[in-house]
Amino acid sequence: MGRLRMRWKTNAFAWLLLLPSLVFLFLFTFYPIAKTIRLSLYEADLATPVPMFAGVDNYVRMLGDEVFAKVMVNNALFALGVVPTSIALALLMAIFANKAIRGTSFMRTAFFYPTLIPMIAVANIWLFIYTPKYGLLDRAMQSLNVGEINWLGSPDYVMWAMIFMMIWKEAGYLMIFYLAGMQNIPPDLYESAQMDGVSSWTIFRKITFPLLMPTTLFVSIIALTNAFKLVDHLFVMTKGGPNNASSLLLYYIYETAFSFWDQGMASALTLVMIVVLLLFAALNFFGLDKKIHYH
Amino acid sequence: MKLRNWNIGFWLLIALGAVWFVPFVWMLVTAFRPKQEALSASFSFNFTLDNFATVWSGAPFAQYFINTVVIVVGILAVQILTVTMAAFAFARLDFAWKNVVFLLFLAQIMIPADVLIFPNYNVLSELSLLDTKLGIMIPYFASAFGIFLLRQMFMTIPPELDEAARVEGYSRWRILWKIYFPLARPAYIAFGLVSVSYHWNNFLWPLIVTNSVENRPLTVGLAIFAQSFETGAQWTEVSAATLIVVAPLMLGFLFFQRQFMNGFIHSGIK
Repeated sequence: MGRLRMRWKTNAFAWLLLLPSLVFLFLFTFYPIAKTIRLSLYEADLATPVPMFAGVDNYVRMLGDEVFAKVMVNNALFALGVVPTSIALALLMAIFANKAIRGTSFMRTAFFYPTLIPMIAVANIWLFIYTPKYGLLDRAMQSLNVGEINWLGSPDYVMWAMIFMMIWKEAGYLMIFYLAGMQNIPPDLYESAQMDGVSSWTIFRKITFPLLMPTTLFVSIIALTNAFKLVDHLFVMTKGGPNNASSLLLYYIYETAFSFWDQGMASALTLVMIVVLLLFAALNFFGLDKKIHYH
Repeated sequence: MKLRNWNIGFWLLIALGAVWFVPFVWMLVTAFRPKQEALSASFSFNFTLDNFATVWSGAPFAQYFINTVVIVVGILAVQILTVTMAAFAFARLDFAWKNVVFLLFLAQIMIPADVLIFPNYNVLSELSLLDTKLGIMIPYFASAFGIFLLRQMFMTIPPELDEAARVEGYSRWRILWKIYFPLARPAYIAFGLVSVSYHWNNFLWPLIVTNSVENRPLTVGLAIFAQSFETGAQWTEVSAATLIVVAPLMLGFLFFQRQFMNGFIHSGIK
């Protein structure tokens, strides 16, 4: 009897402790997701003030929408441009920043500080770099006499400009995960390899890289998610232009919801975003399996 | 030979580090340049504080600054309360549906509020919280990241401490705040730094929610300020404004580098 009462008390206490967090979790994660699913099946825009059930109309319209296709391709290219390069760079940075020699604290600082600058400020700074004629990049190109490029105004170059900026912003953030991962590699592995006269490239290939595989997987998920989550820079730099050449999914959601007021479509697009993020999370789960096999 | 290869790589990376500083230095220099000279090709050694004076008087940055501080501190204060309580439940109590609830919180990490801008805007309007500071803060009052981080920290605290305190007649609520809370200080510092940096820098959500000077944070104020000019016309001022927004975190980072990096290592937690 006493034990049962004790159990009941523990349960009640636990749920009371969780209650505040659960309230906000439901209010701003689960309730909005449920709302999104429902509203995505309705026609709700400026022309239809009272939402009208429309089945999968929004999704059909989405598949025929050129801008949606463009935005998805852009986002995939953006991720493809940013993720592998920043990861490779982050690993390289970490390998050198991990050595206990002079200059490493300079490197850590240099690579990490962009993490703490808000995207909107990053956009301002890089605007001054990319602007034609007066921007830092164009000035440098003028002095080298290689002509000038309107980085943000040309559909061919704007994505490259965004990708480069994002690598600058993100590589240092990913670096710290590698630095943490390297703490877990037993130093005697390196010692015995060095004693056997193995070259540093082989040490990297046979020891460092494979042992950091779990970190690489983990860092990839973070970088992939960020490629879909971070769009603040578009508000200052390009507004998605020229001709949607730099627009990304979340920015398109913003435009659809708050510029065109097409609520049904904005909900359907939000659901696409949720599915994309869940896919990345699933990737993580399967990857974790591999990690266990590896050990 | 091997040593030389190593050195070349090392110096290349030092050079890359220098390149990484260029954007920041470029902004820093521009912020202190006289307006007429910033656009000229030749360089001179004229520096001025005029840009900061213009920015500070030309746009309500003082108000934005206060707003950001209120929002950041408000979020962190509530988070510390909610996160500590929930983390203790997960770390030390056996209760029904524990794993299910844990998964529910995991969902918040997989689908962060940042992407739910449109539905959360509707929730906020149902709560009549549009264009309020509370509206900016409230979606972040529950933090799965904080809960998981604190839970891990709490689990390293020896349970013998609980028993000893129980013998002394402490209630579990008191054990939580008198023993666990102070002992987990490093985790709170890590969480606090990540939370403060994140919300100091957050832009999209406050942009959507706010509509008035009284509630707008620095980031949104900066974007509005930067867009009120034709491109290139007011570079020096925009640089100065950008520096004002960025400076507090940069200074903090300069003094507490190790803590910042350690904190952000945890930010990738799953």
